[in-house]
Amino acid sequence: MAEIVSLQEGIGSLLKNGDTVALEGFTHLIPMSAGHEIIRQRFEELTVVRLTPDLISDQLIGSGCVKKLVFSWGGNPGVGSLHRFRDAVEHGWPHPLEIDEHSHAGLTNRFVAGASGLPFAVMRGYRGTGLDMFTATVAPITCPFTGEELRAVAAINPDLSVIHAQRADRNGNVQLWGITGVQKEAVLAGRKSLVTVEEIVEELDPRPGDVIIPTWLITAVAVSPGGSRPSYAAGYYQRDNDFYIAWDTISRDRETFLSWMKDNVL
Amino acid sequence: MELADTYTSDEMMSIAAARQLSNNQICFIGIGLPSKAANLARRLHAPDLIMIYESGTLGAKPTKLPLSIGDGELAETADTIVSVPEIFNYLLQPGKIDIGFLGAAQIDRYANLNSTVIGDYNKPSVRLPGAGGAPEIASSSKRVIVMLRQSTKSFVDTLPFVTSVGFGAGPGDREKLGLKGAGPVMVITDLGVLEPDSDTRELVLTHIHPNIAVEKVIESTGWKLRIANQLKVTESPTASELDAIRSLVSAGK
Repeated sequence: MAEIVSLQEGIGSLLKNGDTVALEGFTHLIPMSAGHEIIRQRFEELTVVRLTPDLISDQLIGSGCVKKLVFSWGGNPGVGSLHRFRDAVEHGWPHPLEIDEHSHAGLTNRFVAGASGLPFAVMRGYRGTGLDMFTATVAPITCPFTGEELRAVAAINPDLSVIHAQRADRNGNVQLWGITGVQKEAVLAGRKSLVTVEEIVEELDPRPGDVIIPTWLITAVAVSPGGSRPSYAAGYYQRDNDFYIAWDTISRDRETFLSWMKDNVL
Repeated sequence: MELADTYTSDEMMSIAAARQLSNNQICFIGIGLPSKAANLARRLHAPDLIMIYESGTLGAKPTKLPLSIGDGELAETADTIVSVPEIFNYLLQPGKIDIGFLGAAQIDRYANLNSTVIGDYNKPSVRLPGAGGAPEIASSSKRVIVMLRQSTKSFVDTLPFVTSVGFGAGPGDREKLGLKGAGPVMVITDLGVLEPDSDTRELVLTHIHPNIAVEKVIESTGWKLRIANQLKVTESPTASELDAIRSLVSAGK
């Protein structure tokens, strides 16, 4: 059964230095406040897993929390570069960043394999691409039935998977709707999981296309209103597209970035 | 001056791309130039174009140009929303997508695409965002249309990194690699349109946009560009096309 905790307790008790932590949310429901809590508690040497690193990964990387990034698209959607990510890869600032890079389909299937309790997932992909050569967690595999050459991607089982959802009930059952990305698979693949929610309600009345994750699959739930901003939570608030555009300027320069983090996160 | 007499090369590119899309095609759309062209097509001749974004929004019908592939309006207007495993494993991989519509930072003569790095992979001079959905969109869509602005920086002789495969090193490579879709059928730029030669698979300039000199296209290509024997001139934008593109409102500033 999920324990209802504060965000501070949740991150503090479930994460440790050197862990692999997945922070999932595909453009929508990005667990931004949980990322900020990781930064405030000054975790180090983390392996961060996210399909689309987005602003939260940029902030974690620039704050020196991340040793390795497992990802499939590292940009500011519709805007351009993630400058802290680029600075770490191109110039090793604040320290060098290891990468384990995939396509969305590939990293998604790593979560699927992790959630399925299998060592790998099989897919048709990567062949002929540079990722096939450079990414160690992709390998050729031959179909035992047809002989087709396919690709295996290694399962990923994060020490902690963090997602943000719209709501939970008092027992810790979680409900999310809208674009739900790979969050269910991330929670199921995680050895532990933390779900931040906009609010706790008496009853989870059904919503179209909702995903319910029962309390007995979750380690902890923390209330964090606005926990996705500047991403969004359907039914609660909209994506702050202007801030995504503003981030380009804030993050471009190291000093501006550090001072923004000091004023807004730390 | 008539509206149709003045337009930018970017407008021409978007309009030329929009003309390639038609009603009821299932189109997997990358953000940026492809998204703009597809949304333009929906406002012109293809209101029933089925737009799919990799966030899992199937049949999105946004009123504004989305800034990201996961904007709220894409979800609110979609026929349905599926998970990310579902969109890649159940829709794209088995070949249910008619057109994969992609942008990239760089392209080579065989329409292979780079959106990963400039320079050495392990020590890049420019780190680009990376693959996203593109490699599988390029390999598994029935057909692929690519859009990018043409210059010697983007049209290069040798790619530093192959993010998505077009025709590999030439004829037969897609088959050898087991890629199911037909690959790129068209590359639309701000200067013209390139199509793969049916034998060699090399991109050939088949259309040139109005008021663009062939020399300009040649100079903007990082390899010795082949020109089609019967080079055509793209039809100029109509007033209604320009009106439609100029009335598109972006979700971001």
